[in-house]
Amino acid sequence: MMETLQEWLANPLLVSWEGGPWEATLVTLYMTAVTMALTVLLGLPLGVALYETDDSASPVVRRINQVTGFVVNVLRSFPFFILIIALIPITAAITGRSTGPNAAMIALTIAAVPFAARLFELNLREIPAGKIEAVRMMGASRWQVIRQVLIPEALPGIIGSITTTTIAVIGYTAMAGSVNAGGLGQLAYNRGYTGYQTEIIIVTVILLIIIVILVQLMGDRLSRAVDHRARTT
Amino acid sequence: MNDRFSAGEARCLNPRVITLDGLTKVFPAPGGGDPVVALDGIDLHLEPGRVHGIVGRSGAGKSTLIRCLTGLEKPSSGRVEVDGTDVAALEGAALRAARRNIGMVFQHANLLDSRTAAQNIAHPLEIAGVPRARREQRVAELVELVGLTGREHNHPAQLSGGQIQRVGIARGLAAEPKVLLCDEPTSALDGSTTRQILSLIKDLRERLGITVVIITHEMGVVREICDTVTLLQEGRITQSGDLLDVAADPHGPLSSELIPLPPAPTGIDALVVNCDYGDSERFRTTDDLIALAESYEAEATLVAGTIETIGGRQVGRVQLALRNRSGVAISREGLDAFLGELEAAGVVAAEVTA
Repeated sequence: MMETLQEWLANPLLVSWEGGPWEATLVTLYMTAVTMALTVLLGLPLGVALYETDDSASPVVRRINQVTGFVVNVLRSFPFFILIIALIPITAAITGRSTGPNAAMIALTIAAVPFAARLFELNLREIPAGKIEAVRMMGASRWQVIRQVLIPEALPGIIGSITTTTIAVIGYTAMAGSVNAGGLGQLAYNRGYTGYQTEIIIVTVILLIIIVILVQLMGDRLSRAVDHRARTT
Repeated sequence: MNDRFSAGEARCLNPRVITLDGLTKVFPAPGGGDPVVALDGIDLHLEPGRVHGIVGRSGAGKSTLIRCLTGLEKPSSGRVEVDGTDVAALEGAALRAARRNIGMVFQHANLLDSRTAAQNIAHPLEIAGVPRARREQRVAELVELVGLTGREHNHPAQLSGGQIQRVGIARGLAAEPKVLLCDEPTSALDGSTTRQILSLIKDLRERLGITVVIITHEMGVVREICDTVTLLQEGRITQSGDLLDVAADPHGPLSSELIPLPPAPTGIDALVVNCDYGDSERFRTTDDLIALAESYEAEATLVAGTIETIGGRQVGRVQLALRNRSGVAISREGLDAFLGELEAAGVVAAEVTA
């Protein structure tokens, strides 16, 4: 046991910065952070749009809702691995290259936005209709209802959804290793799996577990801090 | 601001703050069957500065009426006028501005959990674009007015049911509406909290001169604070008028609701008669009824009854047990003569048959 551990720690890859787990961790965090920033920026308006256009009296708006819902469903049904490959021409056109973390972030965002938008839509649906109607009766416009009721009232849930999406994106970044995105996933695959270095796999998995736990912890804290609803327990 | 003054002048000429003219709302049936008539030709004129009660069972059209008054629902036909503005004819920004003429109070208050009490009260002002300094000043006034001093920075989850409804009322008043429309304001509250909230509403009416419309199914609320009452049944008004007139009219459907009779006693060896009196000039109290029975050689005992004083006048529904003094059974002729004399004087009287 001790011998194996010592043997592992002697692996130069574990202690070297360049190409080692620490650099890979930073790359993973970078990809996740930028992807999530883009996902919230695009996914929240999309979630609000899905919520607002549902059940509209206007047939045109209902049609828009159906089309948007369909696109979201199609994007969500793509296995992420296939999505990355399918998006290579687009990422190449936007970032100028089809590999690396910046290229991967495009695919990551396209996968995460529909996922997050559906979760945000569910968060908005949980707001009791009476509260929205009360504010409309005060003479609020649709935009005022979105800004002053929907987002603040659903905020604890929205933060929960961001947390869930972040953790899913961390999982996706590992798969993005297949387009040489870098990060922990690629390290585990290239050096660990293909290079027969079990210790690399174990270290990357432990690092991913720690990241996921920390993200969940932070998300829960933040969600609770903005939650002013009566606790039923 | 100019709008507000001219609207005020219009109101002086027309002593009605709410006018409904033939208001009808028909909903298409969801399954394509017969359409549902929620409101069927409602004519109602409510005077300013009074507390109006609208009562009815669930499904009578109360909620549709509220939604038409606030312009959330367009009437199928008819007019809805609030403070001289035809709400049904407005759209967009003009409709949103007109909604500020009505302050709403809801059964469950419908406060936003993400806002403190003060922020909830300020919300209608924020929507109307009132500058922050003016908003804060107004909220401070309202907090004091509804008796919430010290709790204004609490979130709704930290307040009791009664305090939450006080916030709801303050929010309803914030934009200085002409009408405070209360939808079952006390139905979710316990008895003593209900009394506090009702006395607050009564107090506000006196201090602000605001018109209050209370939609409720609780007759106690109507008895306690309403000046007028309107009964809604299956989308139609079946009775409407000043509380005293309605309660004192034993022929109308509301008097028995406003003054309910306790269950009839069983196993009494006597003839039991129900008497509703109120608008009778001759029979003003129960004693007058007993005195009449005596003139028929019968002994009347009060076995059940509800006697209320509304507007300084006694209104009652009582149950009398009649026995002949001689011990002989009461004759049919004698009973008919007794009931006939009561009817002639405006008392609704009927024998109770088990």
